[in-house]
Amino acid sequence: MEFEIKPQSKFSLGLKELWEYRELFYFFTWRDVKVKYKQTVLGFLWAIFQPIIMTMLFTLGFGKLISTNSQLSVPYPIFVLSGFLLWNIFSSGLSNAGNSMVNNANIIKKIYFPRLIVPISSILVSLIDFLMAFIVFIPVLFYYGCSFNASAFFLIPLSILLAVMATFGLGTFLAALNIKYRDFRYILPFFIQALLFATPVIYPIKISDNKWFQWILQLNPMNAPIELFRGSISESGLNYSSILTSICVSLILFVIGVVYFRRTEGYFADLA
Amino acid sequence: MKPILEIQKISKKFRINHEQQPYLSLRDSVSNIFKSKNTKEDFWALKDVSFDLMPGDTLGIIGKNGAGKSTLLKILSKITPPTSGKIIGRGRIASLLEVGTGFHPELSGRENIFMNGSILGMRKTEILKNFDAIIDFAGVEKFIDTPLKHYSSGMQLRLAFAVAAFLENEILIIDEVLAVGDAEFQKKCMGKMDDVSKSGRTIILVSHSMNAIQSLSSKGLYLKDGTTTGLTSVQTAVQNYFFGNELENSAYQQFNPDTVNKEAVLLEGKILNSKFEISSVIETSEDFYIEINWRNITGKNVTVSFELAKHNGIQVMWVANVNHDLTGEKSKEVGNYKTTAKIPANLINAGEYYFRIVLYNGINQELYDLKYNILNISIKDSMDSRSIARGNFTATFENYVLLPALEWTNSKLDF
Repeated sequence: MEFEIKPQSKFSLGLKELWEYRELFYFFTWRDVKVKYKQTVLGFLWAIFQPIIMTMLFTLGFGKLISTNSQLSVPYPIFVLSGFLLWNIFSSGLSNAGNSMVNNANIIKKIYFPRLIVPISSILVSLIDFLMAFIVFIPVLFYYGCSFNASAFFLIPLSILLAVMATFGLGTFLAALNIKYRDFRYILPFFIQALLFATPVIYPIKISDNKWFQWILQLNPMNAPIELFRGSISESGLNYSSILTSICVSLILFVIGVVYFRRTEGYFADLA
Repeated sequence: MKPILEIQKISKKFRINHEQQPYLSLRDSVSNIFKSKNTKEDFWALKDVSFDLMPGDTLGIIGKNGAGKSTLLKILSKITPPTSGKIIGRGRIASLLEVGTGFHPELSGRENIFMNGSILGMRKTEILKNFDAIIDFAGVEKFIDTPLKHYSSGMQLRLAFAVAAFLENEILIIDEVLAVGDAEFQKKCMGKMDDVSKSGRTIILVSHSMNAIQSLSSKGLYLKDGTTTGLTSVQTAVQNYFFGNELENSAYQQFNPDTVNKEAVLLEGKILNSKFEISSVIETSEDFYIEINWRNITGKNVTVSFELAKHNGIQVMWVANVNHDLTGEKSKEVGNYKTTAKIPANLINAGEYYFRIVLYNGINQELYDLKYNILNISIKDSMDSRSIARGNFTATFENYVLLPALEWTNSKLDF
């Protein structure tokens, strides 16, 4: 096995190397999942409680108001819960990924492996939380008299994929920035919180007639996954132009994130 | 046969920020746009380092702190890229710059073995295959399912080394990790390392222990301020480190101690020849003296001691003035003292030596002052009949530490 070590030259994704180190994805994810729920009484139940409690709060607070102002095709609790399930992939994935390189600095400084494994694994942790919560989502769905339609088999995996892609693009970008400028550690929670209100999680896009408002919501990379996911439980049609806009933004962020990360990763060990 | 590692003109530049910030913030970057850039300075941690290693070579890298040893290892381990130059390698590299990389206190010993092993580049199947041997080597069977945070630090180190000991890569890079655990475990580690090097794998090793370097490696690379003259035998590299380049002979050294909050401090050290002159060259056939000047500041019992060590790292002796003053009672009064020891003629063999001087409390072993690697002297063999123990050999045998004039008897037997 021959290899070369040189100053960084041309850009590559390093997929071959990622495949060689595939076991590390598992170990990093597994470690984070284990550590996350160690010494907690409820353990995995936390992944389920969080979206459910948020749903209850919003239903009690705004349910009436939003349901009467906009014609929702599903009951409001289902609307909010489905939004939060996907939103949590993004919010916890982004905050984990954004801090992942700094949190693993001691490892990065001492050993080599493809650096992308670290933010990807931290997003996988959020994905596992999502799957747990999704299991609970199904009975709640039936309780409110809703069900999945035929396109769900296609729409749900697609929406998860898009949510992961959106998280991954921004997550790797922030992870790389964070190691150089620790400001992002403080920006991140605030940014995620603000973004929740620019995402159709708790209200639909058409709640306001303001064109600008609707346009900003469509630009949001999490708009597409949430819309697609809801498309699998409601019979009303999808707004394709809004979904495509969101996917485009997500793709652009994905490319920026990965390129910036790969460009700067060589110097992580010097900066961390 | 092709070299397993070709290192070609590797250089590494760091930019040092004179403001000494722990890390950058965005605001600094923005405000720096408008500032002149003269607060930064380039620093070459490595400059044009080249050498080739053949399969099975064991290389010891030697140099002072800051000579670029760790940077070289980091480049070889792909942790940081070189600024210029190229390395061609032919084999799997495993680097051990720290024991227990990736250990997590919340995970159990078993889980940490898997985590650490896979970070080091082991496959799950490899870890499973060696699992029992790893636990056995570390001696932690009983606690294997206990979280690591409940392990003693010694147990953690043993577990960490045990995982690393079962790496099967062709090239192994090790940074000062042998100095872990108690004496027994160190022996075990050294033994394991010896097995590894005998198994034909290539090892690159950094250590400040010349004993470890010399016993484990065949080749040596002496780094000084990021440069090297190239690969040599390990003996030559050690000699260069101690003798030619690093230390100058000095038979007189003054220390300017900071006396704040100190009980006793060292002021001066001198080496005197048999004529009581300060001299860094001593004959094997003459008595010589070490004179230590020190100050008792607070009136505690003080014992004066020194260690004599050979330049290849072998410690010759550690002695204290206890036969003259067992607990330091006689130096209890506040004031300046002069302590002298005579080292008799015809005892220490020719070679390069240095000292370490220690002031401590003979009752509770509290350490007061300590000076390392000082008073470098050469002991010379006079190469004539004065050297009564050696006789008329025309060569010196500097590998030996002692050249004592023993009392011999010889009588012809009548049967």
